[in-house]
Amino acid sequence: MTTTEPVAGRLGPPRLPATPYGQGAEGATSLADILERVLDKGVVIAGDIRINLLDIELLTIKLRLLVASVDKAKEMGIDWWEHDPSLSSRARNRAVADGGDSGDSGDDGAERSLTEENARLRAEIAALRARAEDRSVDG
Amino acid sequence: MTESARRQHMVYAYAVLRPTPEAARAVATLRGVADEQVGLVETGDLAAAVGPVPAEEFEEGALRAGLEELPRLEALARGHHGVVAGLAPLGAVLPLRLATVYRDEDRVRRVLQERRDQFLPLLERLAGHVEWGVKVYTDPTDSLAGDAAAPAGATGGQEALSPGRAYLAARRRRRRGAEEVWQTAARTAARIAEEAGALAVGRVAHRPQRGELAQAAGGGTVGGGKPGGENIANDAYLVPADRAEEFRSRVLAAAEGRPGVRVEVTGPWAPYSFALPPEPAARPEPV
Repeated sequence: MTTTEPVAGRLGPPRLPATPYGQGAEGATSLADILERVLDKGVVIAGDIRINLLDIELLTIKLRLLVASVDKAKEMGIDWWEHDPSLSSRARNRAVADGGDSGDSGDDGAERSLTEENARLRAEIAALRARAEDRSVDG
Repeated sequence: MTESARRQHMVYAYAVLRPTPEAARAVATLRGVADEQVGLVETGDLAAAVGPVPAEEFEEGALRAGLEELPRLEALARGHHGVVAGLAPLGAVLPLRLATVYRDEDRVRRVLQERRDQFLPLLERLAGHVEWGVKVYTDPTDSLAGDAAAPAGATGGQEALSPGRAYLAARRRRRRGAEEVWQTAARTAARIAEEAGALAVGRVAHRPQRGELAQAAGGGTVGGGKPGGENIANDAYLVPADRAEEFRSRVLAAAEGRPGVRVEVTGPWAPYSFALPPEPAARPEPV
């Protein structure tokens, strides 16, 4: 795609390789940056092809999850991507590993808190063991 | 054109702009979401950049299905953005939301006329401005460096510590380190916002980016070389075009020499984030 007037020239020589108006090699502009603009910003006027507004909103929410905070989405009770093998490597692994676990036990937050709890318990055991050793040396 | 021939195509609208000779020349070089030749639909002092797209791909059902599939959505989004980006150097362009599709060009003309009172002031306000994206991340490589450095100071006590205590001490150190990194990043983000605000005429906060799509980096960066880290600020700034490069340099300079953060400046973008309807609630906050 070409521009009639390269804007970078007008703006002075960029110190770093800037891509004028987000153009450039395919993939150079992050899809997340583009999506948050073309889906969430820009002028909204009703077209003749009505993607029902609710659909767009749902879609925006879904896609936002790919770019936005997973934790927030969880707060909203949205975790569809966990179960979608095309989006979540964990869902993919789980589907392979245990033939699909329908519950939400494998979700990110739970897994993280399990890891943390595990680490905490290990630390506690280590501390208790250390204290016992100290005592046996002292006594 | 026969009725059936007309039904085979819909009109995809990309942006609203002024019908100037430059605009006509610019669209002539652009191809759109269906690799179609983009053109202008004009009415009075407004024009829309549009392209004929195959109806079977852009009818309601097909379009919705396409939007739900990430690869097709990506192609559509990049195609849409490509046209908008090609028009942005004209200086005044209102990007439309993705997938604004009409049955024919007359419908586009009618919408332009109906919304003229909204489009003209918005075009005027955005003329000669560009949008910059500024994202601030914590830099995980720095927190790792802190981890590596800390045990060196602690080696004297390391042998005296039992494994449990050593573990806990290391854990405390790591947590403190992460907290510090976060706080430094937050301070830097505030400083950058201040610096950016001095040159910008508008600011819109986007949601911080997380997740799979957020990993790809682009644009200028200052800080750790590697992508990653937590995105703690994701703002769009509206900047006069003649100060665009100054804005970029100042923002990057504000982040320089600050450990624990990575700053990414993207753009210049067409003013997507500021092309909002003039509802009070949707107004970009002044800087």
